[in-house]
Amino acid sequence: MERDSGPEGVRRALGRLLEAVLASRGEANAVFDILAVLQSEDHEETQEAVRACSRLFGALLERGELFVGPLPSEDSVMAGSQGATRKYKVWMRHRYRSCLNRLQELLVHSSFEVKELALSTLMKFVQLEGAHPLEKPKWDGYYLFPRQLFKAVVEGLLSLEDDCSLLLARFREYLEHDDIRYHTMQAATDTVGRVTDRHPEVPLTFWNNAFTLLSSVSLPSQERGICSFYVKHGELPRTWKVVHLKEHRKAFQGMWLGFLKHKLPLSLCKKVLVVLHDSILPHLAQPSLMIDFLTRAYDVGGAISLLALNGLFILIHQHNLEYPDFYRKLYGLLDPSVFHVKYRARFFHLADLFLSSSHLPAYLVAAFAKRLSRLALTAPPEALLMVLPFICNLLRRHPACRVLVHRPLGSELDADPYDPEEEDPAKSQALESSLWELQALQRHYHPEVSQAASVINQALSVPEVSIAPLLELTAFDVFERDLKKKGQGSVPLEFIPAQGLLGRQDDFCAQHFTLS
Amino acid sequence: MGKAKSAAARTRGAGAPAGAQGGRARPNPNPFEVKVNRQKFPVLGRKARHAVGQPGVSRARAVHKRTQTLLKEYKERDKSNVFTDKRFGEYSSTMSPEEKMMKRFALEQQRQHEKKSIYNLNEDEELTHYGQSLADIEKHNDIVDSDSDTEERGTLSAELTAAHFGGGGGLLHKKTPQQQGEEGEKPRSRRELIEELIAKSKQEKRERQAQREGALELTEKLDQDWKEIQTLLTHRTPNSENRDKKERPKPDAYDMMVRELGFEMKAQPSNRMKSEEELAKEEQERLQQLEAARLRRMRGEDEGSEARKPKHLSADDLNDGFVLDKDDRRLLSYTDGKMSIEEEQSREASDGESEEEQGEDLSEEDPENSSDPDGHSDLESDMDSEEDCGRPNGEPRQALGKGTTSIGHRAQEAARNQLPYTFAAPESYEELKSLLSGRTREEQLVVVERIQTCNHPSLAVGNKAKLEKLFGFLLEYIGDLATDDPPNLRVIDKLVVQLYNLCQMFPDSASDSIKFVLRDAMHEMEGAIEARGRAAFPGLDVLVYLKIAGMLFPTSDLWHPVVTPALVCMSQLLTKCPILSLQDVVKGLFVCCVFLDYVSLSRRFIPELVNFLLGILYIASPNKCGRGYTLVHPFRASGKNSELLVVSDKEDKATWQRRGLSLHWAYGLKAQNKTEANHTRLSCLAVCLALVKGCAQFYSSLPSFYAIVRPLRALLMEHLAGCSHPPELQELCQSALANLEEPEPRCRPLVCAKSKPEPLKLFTPRLVKVLEFGRKQGSSKEEQERRRLIHKHKREFKGAVREIRRDNQFLARMQLSETLERDAERKRKVKQLFNSLATQEGEWKALKRKKFKK
Repeated sequence: MERDSGPEGVRRALGRLLEAVLASRGEANAVFDILAVLQSEDHEETQEAVRACSRLFGALLERGELFVGPLPSEDSVMAGSQGATRKYKVWMRHRYRSCLNRLQELLVHSSFEVKELALSTLMKFVQLEGAHPLEKPKWDGYYLFPRQLFKAVVEGLLSLEDDCSLLLARFREYLEHDDIRYHTMQAATDTVGRVTDRHPEVPLTFWNNAFTLLSSVSLPSQERGICSFYVKHGELPRTWKVVHLKEHRKAFQGMWLGFLKHKLPLSLCKKVLVVLHDSILPHLAQPSLMIDFLTRAYDVGGAISLLALNGLFILIHQHNLEYPDFYRKLYGLLDPSVFHVKYRARFFHLADLFLSSSHLPAYLVAAFAKRLSRLALTAPPEALLMVLPFICNLLRRHPACRVLVHRPLGSELDADPYDPEEEDPAKSQALESSLWELQALQRHYHPEVSQAASVINQALSVPEVSIAPLLELTAFDVFERDLKKKGQGSVPLEFIPAQGLLGRQDDFCAQHFTLS
Repeated sequence: MGKAKSAAARTRGAGAPAGAQGGRARPNPNPFEVKVNRQKFPVLGRKARHAVGQPGVSRARAVHKRTQTLLKEYKERDKSNVFTDKRFGEYSSTMSPEEKMMKRFALEQQRQHEKKSIYNLNEDEELTHYGQSLADIEKHNDIVDSDSDTEERGTLSAELTAAHFGGGGGLLHKKTPQQQGEEGEKPRSRRELIEELIAKSKQEKRERQAQREGALELTEKLDQDWKEIQTLLTHRTPNSENRDKKERPKPDAYDMMVRELGFEMKAQPSNRMKSEEELAKEEQERLQQLEAARLRRMRGEDEGSEARKPKHLSADDLNDGFVLDKDDRRLLSYTDGKMSIEEEQSREASDGESEEEQGEDLSEEDPENSSDPDGHSDLESDMDSEEDCGRPNGEPRQALGKGTTSIGHRAQEAARNQLPYTFAAPESYEELKSLLSGRTREEQLVVVERIQTCNHPSLAVGNKAKLEKLFGFLLEYIGDLATDDPPNLRVIDKLVVQLYNLCQMFPDSASDSIKFVLRDAMHEMEGAIEARGRAAFPGLDVLVYLKIAGMLFPTSDLWHPVVTPALVCMSQLLTKCPILSLQDVVKGLFVCCVFLDYVSLSRRFIPELVNFLLGILYIASPNKCGRGYTLVHPFRASGKNSELLVVSDKEDKATWQRRGLSLHWAYGLKAQNKTEANHTRLSCLAVCLALVKGCAQFYSSLPSFYAIVRPLRALLMEHLAGCSHPPELQELCQSALANLEEPEPRCRPLVCAKSKPEPLKLFTPRLVKVLEFGRKQGSSKEEQERRRLIHKHKREFKGAVREIRRDNQFLARMQLSETLERDAERKRKVKQLFNSLATQEGEWKALKRKKFKK
């Protein structure tokens, strides 16, 4: 075979070979040449070869020139005395198989174009195999999906070494189709199980890939939504599992539970928890099964516990979950870091929900209020602007707690009776204390904070202050607001003249720093 | 109402004729002219607007008006020539007739007075005063004399009056002691007495004349002397002076001088000079006022009085900076006074020199630029103070350029002399940079100072904007200096004074510039936080900006347009920027210092600061047990930076001495060796402990002080427990801990302020505003307004149509009357003709008859 240099030449050569193979069975050996190019180092050539393979085997599949049924070994068939057609079909089927193997290898190729092309080619074969099955149906109307092939594709996607997020984004298009989604869920469950069985130490990339794939599966909310299929079929038998949303849900649940039962890295745990309440829990057939995962996450502490709160709340609220010591744990979650984490808004939104019940005992609410105000002593201004109204709202909801800010007949105390180390809110003696912290915050350097803290000087007004707009407040917003605020009149000036960069002698800067 | 009406009537009375007066205005109109629209039945609340009217009068008025305007136009409709009255002020309604007359008269006089011909020299008459030519008097040759003359001429001498008018007794009585002896010899007659008097007065007159001549001579001599001295005094421009002398005759120069002096003296009856104590007292009062205003703002009370605060520039400041300059000088002079309390010894040492400086400066430079030399002397005195009386060891600013200052002083002089005197204000930052780059510190200062001088707002119109821009450029330049390698902090140190002066002139634009740089810094940080969830500590420039903002604006205000954002910015720095290196620690500590300085007066509470200090103490603690405190965001309990400040080398600990931290560390100065780094670590810890102490002092009055400092206390205990620090640090720890351990004030339970008892709900009727009848109710305000306008327009339109119709009627009437008149005339003429014809005919017939009869 003459080989021109450059992809153009290769393309033409491949085109000729392809036509030759398709034209007559005598030229079948040219397939080897095509497959040889598939092994090429050059990206362009590989792509050309993949395209040629796609056309070749696509045409062969449509013509039915591949062997149907369990594939016998090549040597036995060649040696045997069956008809030439059968021999040809078996031989061609073997070439098809080696082509598929190569394509799977290409899924982890260094070039994204090659990967993408390999993926789309494989998916085309999946479609064609579905329409022209290579297995004999067991009974009439038996649904034949090329499970083996598809599983191999999914396995290729969930690579152990490479980050396949781009390819997975491409694969997401196929997940629009209901049958593909269903089989993806099954294949993913399978793959995750197998990989975790095989490897004692699963690399992070695999978890990331798996999470990307899993999180891109989104179920339709209604049964009627299931009508788009990748592999076209004439009639839809009712017995076919793919058409039932229930089956989808089962598969979905199996997939996630199979995934979450493993010990995930913390960063991934966070990611899962972020999307859990929104895109996972509503689609599970039996959401309460998530309790194990959530309890485990809730016990981890820190940000993960905060995130787990959301899922727990849904389970408690909608699925009648009984959770012992919920408020005690929530109380335990309150530490100075809640004002600094990224999920502050979500946490306080939920905390507001949990504490909105008017049936909570006064000691509990008082403990929360006292704890929050104690923590407020370490909070940045944007958090203070949110948490101060929050505390005031607590006091408004529970008139019994107003003694925290108004105790006209109380006697003077030696020390704050509140015990910050106590884990049980019932024993923290918060009800006997007062919110001196808010009084201290009235001297905060930011005028709005001190204003917000000064609310307790007067009797609290009856309507609650909505904290929803304050939840997402950032320091930058506060800064911008201060910048835009116009004072009346001109800007007041310092009347003591400046003398140097470090200021006057009694300034801290001048005392502790030198210019040279 | 009635009063107003009658007043209006009175004012109108002068202009219009009585017939045209509105009947309403007159107190009792002619009852025959009044027409009353009788109401059939009274309606409550309805205003009868046209119950009484005087149709006849108003019609007469209308007709009168039309005859004056419309008829005139009508009559002149075909005429193209116009009559204009060119007499002065004929058409001006603002002048009263008397004024008009006066002006006209004056103009006429002027016209007559003007020369008929410029070639006729003898025309103008000579004016005299007391017989002397006014031209002579104007030369002021004998000012002294004329003055004394007038004095005496004004009041007759006592003797004269006595002699002439016989004011006997008093005079005789007065005379007796003098002339007792003479009178005793021979009593003189009245005639003799008078003669004697005359002789005496003549003699006196002669004497006076002699005296006057002597004085004249003396003045001339003095004049000459003065000329000589003057040439000595103003030797700088002798050429122009000489030329002047040649051109003008001598007395002219003197005249000029005298006149100038006279004008000056007369123009300003000035106040008494104030004594030192009074000035100081005034200053103190002013300062007290300012302090009171500051306190008010700190408590956030009374926003209204805030506006008055910057008026300390001047009560009627035109904002061109002119008056401010004066004020500025006073301010500085005050500062001198006050500084004497703070740094007395340095002031005394430097005073002599700085004054000398000022004198030289003043002679060299624009006299207007009085603030700058002042500002300078301040600086120099600062430097000198360091030079002259060396500070005790361990004083933080000891290291401040000791070697260079003595040379620097001279270098500044040199810079002053070498540089050109005028600089154009830079239009862009690049221009300023090119002006300043490559110059020494002193030269840069002088350049900036001169730019300010040359472009002082009082000199030209656009200068204000230029200087406002200069502030922004300087700020940018300072940012550049701070990010340079190595940062040029000394120049910044000096430029701050210039910034302060500019800021005093233009507070608004200065605050805008500072806000701009702060926003820039925050934007950058926000971007980093969005992208990575954390941000690195910004460069030294941002820290310098924050410090400068605190020096230009009062930091104790409850709310301030610049200071409050700066506070938020610092809070961000302390909460969002993780500590990754020693450099970050130094930067963080600097921010802490600035932060604490900001609230040093107001003693406001800064949670972030306590957190940050806790974190620093934590990373400096060698043995952590982690009980009793929790770290917050930028710090972590474990990790590679959790032992950043721990020093384990015994020797380094022993050799360490407490010294001020250099800001160059914040830039990223690399430590030469490990020892230096360790020493810096210990210094950081020392600063941190000092700040903890400062915090403890500031916040000890806060209600939950104990809860706030609990973690700090726990960590300090750990520090002490290890006993691994140098003794000085141990001591510092002890004292900080002692401050924190202050006995907790007794906790008094909170009590809300008593609110007013809520009044019982009463069933008072709901009052709804009843609108006028005939109006649509319940529509929105805009709708009502629109409807009102439509209605008004309709009414006006109708009125205009009616007026036009009446005009037309009037015109038609006029035309008709004209036609009638014409017809009548014609008839009359025809009749006349017929008459004459008839007479002729009659005569002719009579003649004929006569003929026939004959």
